[in-house]
Amino acid sequence: METSLTRYIWSNTRLQQIWILFVVAVSMIPYFMSFDLPKQIVNGPIQGNGFETPGATRTFMHLEYDVPAFGKVVFFDGLELTRFQTLMALSLVFLLLVIINGLFKLYINTYKGRLGERMLRRIRFELIDRVLRFPPAQFKRVKSAEIATMIKDEVEPMGGFTGDAFVQPALLGGQAITALVFIIMQNFWLGMIAAGIVAVQGVVIPRMRKRLLELGRQRQLTARELSGRVGEIVDGIGTIHGNDTSNFERADIASRLGLIFSIRYDLYQWKFLVKFINNFLAQVTPFLFYSIGGFLALQGRLDIGQLVAVINAYKDLPGPLKELIDWDQARQDVQVKYNQVVEQFNVDMLVDPRIQALAPDPVNRLEHSLHAVNLTLSDDSGAPLLRHVTLEIKPGETAAIVGNSGSGAEALAEAFARLIWPEQGRITIDGKDILELPESVTGRRIAYAASDTYFFHGTLRDNLLYGLKHAPLTKVEYEGAKAAKNKWNINEARRAGNPELDVNSDWVDYVSAGVTGPDDLFKVVRPVLDAVLISQDILDMALRSNVDIKTHADLTDRIVELRQALRKRLKKEDLDDLVVPFKLDEYNPQATVGENLLFGSMRRPMMTNRKLAAHPYFRSVLRENDLYIDLYNMGLEIAANAVELFEDLPPDHPFFQQLTFMTADDIPAYQVLLQKLQGRGIDAASADERTSIIRLSFSYIEPRHRFGLLNSQLMAKIVDARARFHQNMPDDLKAVIERYDPERFISTATLLDNVLFGRIGFTQADGSDRLRTILRDLFDRLGLFESVLSIGMDFDVGSGGKRLTNVQRQKLNVARALLKRADYVIFNRPLPALDQRVQDHITHNIMEDLHEEGHAPAIIWVLSNTALANLFDRVIVFDKGTLVEDGTHATLLEKNGIFKELVS
Amino acid sequence: MLLKDEVEMLRRVPLFSGVAPAKLKLLAFTSERVSYKSGQILFRQGDPADAAYVILTGGADILSDSPSGEIKVAEIEHDSIVGEIAILCDVSRTATVRANSALEALRISKDHFLKLLSDYPEMTIEIMRVLADRLSHTTTELSEARSKQKQAAK
Repeated sequence: METSLTRYIWSNTRLQQIWILFVVAVSMIPYFMSFDLPKQIVNGPIQGNGFETPGATRTFMHLEYDVPAFGKVVFFDGLELTRFQTLMALSLVFLLLVIINGLFKLYINTYKGRLGERMLRRIRFELIDRVLRFPPAQFKRVKSAEIATMIKDEVEPMGGFTGDAFVQPALLGGQAITALVFIIMQNFWLGMIAAGIVAVQGVVIPRMRKRLLELGRQRQLTARELSGRVGEIVDGIGTIHGNDTSNFERADIASRLGLIFSIRYDLYQWKFLVKFINNFLAQVTPFLFYSIGGFLALQGRLDIGQLVAVINAYKDLPGPLKELIDWDQARQDVQVKYNQVVEQFNVDMLVDPRIQALAPDPVNRLEHSLHAVNLTLSDDSGAPLLRHVTLEIKPGETAAIVGNSGSGAEALAEAFARLIWPEQGRITIDGKDILELPESVTGRRIAYAASDTYFFHGTLRDNLLYGLKHAPLTKVEYEGAKAAKNKWNINEARRAGNPELDVNSDWVDYVSAGVTGPDDLFKVVRPVLDAVLISQDILDMALRSNVDIKTHADLTDRIVELRQALRKRLKKEDLDDLVVPFKLDEYNPQATVGENLLFGSMRRPMMTNRKLAAHPYFRSVLRENDLYIDLYNMGLEIAANAVELFEDLPPDHPFFQQLTFMTADDIPAYQVLLQKLQGRGIDAASADERTSIIRLSFSYIEPRHRFGLLNSQLMAKIVDARARFHQNMPDDLKAVIERYDPERFISTATLLDNVLFGRIGFTQADGSDRLRTILRDLFDRLGLFESVLSIGMDFDVGSGGKRLTNVQRQKLNVARALLKRADYVIFNRPLPALDQRVQDHITHNIMEDLHEEGHAPAIIWVLSNTALANLFDRVIVFDKGTLVEDGTHATLLEKNGIFKELVS
Repeated sequence: MLLKDEVEMLRRVPLFSGVAPAKLKLLAFTSERVSYKSGQILFRQGDPADAAYVILTGGADILSDSPSGEIKVAEIEHDSIVGEIAILCDVSRTATVRANSALEALRISKDHFLKLLSDYPEMTIEIMRVLADRLSHTTTELSEARSKQKQAAK
């Protein structure tokens, strides 16, 4: 990267800088004219020069120009104006100049701002582009949070400075010189005084500011380190909790903050000292003007108009001057920051941009062997991982790599994936070093999965198909305002040196995945998900999630059919009582009292239990035929039971898990309430107390809690209240409460709730497990399995995929590698989080079933379980960094070598 | 069936006979009430043990896998507890239990069961009594089997 910021700015924005300089130069003309005008106004119409006789007139706006070799050309003869008219006319001209100057300023500032923003965009993009091209080893040295701060915060002032880089010195310098020249023209010696003070300011202040720059640099470094540490704390929070080191971290952060404080405090002290001296010097000049200029005026050697004009002009001198000095400060400051950033981003062995060039066209299959030639690998400390290994993997061949950890097997796999760069030797395909092959070849035709997984924040679908997003494959057609906006976006991107790739395009390369488009994608996705044993998890995610009716209409439209099929199926398997369905005119004993009342689901977070309980309409429904008294009594009974059961237990007792309607902390409060209210009727309770008692009744489920509080009369009453509640429901509630409707999909309830349209019986042993099996089969039979998977794919995996378990992440990582349909698939002990049995199962699935239909890649698998080696064409054994055995499973077993030892 | 009925039934189980009714109510409340149809399996041999079951009504067969297939080892009736040994010593299930009629049970999770034992020593003693009883039973059977073997060898 360019090391001088000024040069970097100039080379990228040359034309714009010249244009804006030109505009600034033009703006000087009205600016200068506005200096001269006050003198004319004061001396002319106000003091009466040229209007000595009453009724005298002067010519205004007489425009003529001496054209060489042509003579005088008169553009405008001018107007004859009286003294008052001249005053008005000149004042209007003054106003006009004010407006013109203002408009120039507006234009210049906007232009500069835009220039700066483009520059900022360019720098940021360039830095991120570099991050994308860093060699892998670089990432072992940098902290992600520090990189983020550099790109986000530290380059920010550079954008602001870009617009000012050349314009500001030109503009302010021009203004200062104009003012100075004007002062000198009015009076030479007064001008010289002003120039002298300016010179002192220009020399002293920048020197004093040297220290400010150094402090600024330290401030930047310490702040960056702080954000690096904050990032570490966030990433390592588990380790911190696990070792009780939070106070050590507090101490470290406090000492850093202390250092930052002392630097910043120092900075302030200097800053204000410099400011004080600067202001003082600026104020000394008018003192000299008033004293010396006044003296000259008293002596009559300077007319008052001149003195006013000088003082007036001087008002415009310290401003530009101060800003000029500030600009210089900013320039040095930004230059220091820029150097700091460039230092961090100027990395040796950056990946050549050609290697990452966009390749929208399909890439040919790799039909040559993968060769490791005299390959030597070492770790960061220089310790050898692999020594002089020469090896050939043929296309379509499956090879198991075996060896104890540290044998070099993993390192070889990482080198094949280009994660470690060779110390000596190279890895080639068809004679070409894989480090020099474009990533469009290696990234598409070679797939790699190891135990460390990374998932981007987004949906499961985004992450699973991530390995297919190499280039924008569709052209998005924008219409109307969007088209204009898109054009503007492209233009701006070009101007800031950003690529014009459209992120809204469909990037998924369906063809290389072996399908024609998004519609038949599941044809290839599902076998892979089945092979890594994750489809059940995704199914569960789908069942637990709310479904977007718009995007998944294929399923939601068939909900009635699905519900009926489930009923029929349960009946057939004699499992009728597994699910108790919701019926509009019946109480569902497996659901809570609250659910039975509501008979619908709430649009959260707009509506919550608490809000509903407070709603006047809901209250009025309860008040009719005294249902709330029944519920109150019921709540009281529940409280009495809970207190009786739990009062002796310590609050952390595991039994409290069963207490669903209150927490251990609530027990004493309810104990007090009971003493006050038991046996005294509802009138004894205040409104708050009633609420906290009635609340309990809403969570009650008879088969679960078994207190014996529901009888048929009360159930009928609740069903009756339910009907009334839905009958005249006001619009504000209608908008947030969706009634259970057997004929419709309920968008605010989960898919599971929608399919069941009822509740699983509490006493049903393993009810939910059995139901899951049935549902899976049912979805399959109705041809809806893929729709359900597609709903599960909408699951948000969270930051870094943390909402998934480690097991799920590793399985998906393998699935992602398989979906690419690469020619060389490398698995580097990809599933250590799983039980050995499951690992073996998945390995069998992948090796035996998955590649039956045509596409047969070469698979290089670093095995954790040596016993699986018989699934592969060839077994390669490593020990202490060298290749020790290589052959088929059978021959190696006969050999009585290391492999046999490893297997036994 | 309500909590208070369950308490009555729990009191008939020898293991819980010495425990105060209030505590039995708590035990019943914190346990899961499950019902099984005839032929349904409570747990399988080899499964990890996560709970003990108190049979309230109905009965079940205890089955063990053997090279010649499943053999019925014993039968249990209501008011008895099953599966408690495996959760005491953290082994997987040593036998399969299958309902031989409609069966109602209380499922006491492992954590709760262990907590109960530490809270109520009388239960622990009862458990010890049952275990010691079984051990002496087994020892007798073993020595009988051995002496038979010796006689056969002679």
